[in-house]
Amino acid sequence: MVCESWKAKLDTYLDGELPEQEMRTFDAHVRGCPSCSADALTRVQMKRAIQVAGKRFAPSTDFRRRIEQSITPKPQRSFRLGWMFASATAVILVVGTLTSTYVGSWSGKDQASRDHVFSEIADLHVATLASSSPVDVISTDRHTVKPWFQGKIPFAFNLPEIQNSEFSLLGGRMTYLDQTPGAHLIYDVRKHHISVFVFQERSLSLNLPASLDENSLSPKQLPFNMETWSQGELRYFVIGDASAADIDGLAKLFKAGS
Amino acid sequence: MGTLSQLAAESFEQLAMPHFDRLYNFACWLTHDRQEAEDLVQETYVKALKGFPSFQPGTNFRAWIYKILRNAFLTSRTGLKAAATVPLDLEGEEEMLPAVEETPESILLQRSDGQFVQQALEQLPISYREVLLLCEVEEMSYQEISATLAIPMGTVMSRLSRARKALRNGLRPQSQKG
Repeated sequence: MVCESWKAKLDTYLDGELPEQEMRTFDAHVRGCPSCSADALTRVQMKRAIQVAGKRFAPSTDFRRRIEQSITPKPQRSFRLGWMFASATAVILVVGTLTSTYVGSWSGKDQASRDHVFSEIADLHVATLASSSPVDVISTDRHTVKPWFQGKIPFAFNLPEIQNSEFSLLGGRMTYLDQTPGAHLIYDVRKHHISVFVFQERSLSLNLPASLDENSLSPKQLPFNMETWSQGELRYFVIGDASAADIDGLAKLFKAGS
Repeated sequence: MGTLSQLAAESFEQLAMPHFDRLYNFACWLTHDRQEAEDLVQETYVKALKGFPSFQPGTNFRAWIYKILRNAFLTSRTGLKAAATVPLDLEGEEEMLPAVEETPESILLQRSDGQFVQQALEQLPISYREVLLLCEVEEMSYQEISATLAIPMGTVMSRLSRARKALRNGLRPQSQKG
């Protein structure tokens, strides 16, 4: 065998682990030695083959989420924050009492119908997130997600630009409410998932007010924060366990972009 | 959890999550079972988070977390079984491996199919498989491998050399194997 002493170090050379001076000497030798250069080529091919073959297994998104949840620090409620929380609760109770007086002016039948719709929306949100494949079109790009709905739902809608916001788009899927097809989009904000539902207003046999911040109106019905409004003949619902401010923030982006 | 430990947890998440996909891949190669790999990765993250206060900032986090995963594997049922059937330390057993002719263009060019390489990797003893994966797939330096496997640099080099030789032998047609 020729160049035996060189070949003994060939792998170390190809791993880039020889001292700098020796690497240079090796470079010069390999360039001028047909036997060593052929051997080096084969070994490089072997390295590449192992590299490709070795990247074989990918974790599921569900598993990633579980790990992220297990290591994400739990929010810490300090004494001061506790006071703020208590104050906010008191304000919400007062507002809730005042607004429930207003809501009381609605007919009981309409209220029951609305509660049913909101409950349906909450169920759609929860059932989708519990699914192993929550979205059918997986993309953070609105220009990919929006066209995916073409031909699947009987209307078009706009997705807002979120690049400079805290929200990120995870994807979308088709959904149904009151036997009416619609779009279901899922966004992420600080590990919270928010669902945005879009339906054709006239297709829904609902009697919902043009705009409604459900969070402040019917908290006993929903463990989530929610907003709904009608715009351009479309009915939007934004729901999630994120803060009311986040729900409102995403709703505003939609209102501005629609 | 206090504010400091909350900050530590956030810092841990930032350091640890970028390695998630690769740790899972490595765990699958060690266990040959996706469910076991998930358990192993889960255990690794729990242990790493718990032991994070002992991690020295500025030292190699990747080597640190891979070492935790490997140690968790070695104490798992599959790891103990692997250790019982195949010696984890094959140093000094070079003579057991058949001599491989260095035939430059023959072996891999003919058998460069990814599936063959995967099968050959699967057949390797675990100590060879892990050192090759750390070097070629994770692209760790010898020093990082040494820290991860808790073996001297010289042993990393000799083990890598034997692992490559064993893999080349595994890729040769059946009739040519020693």
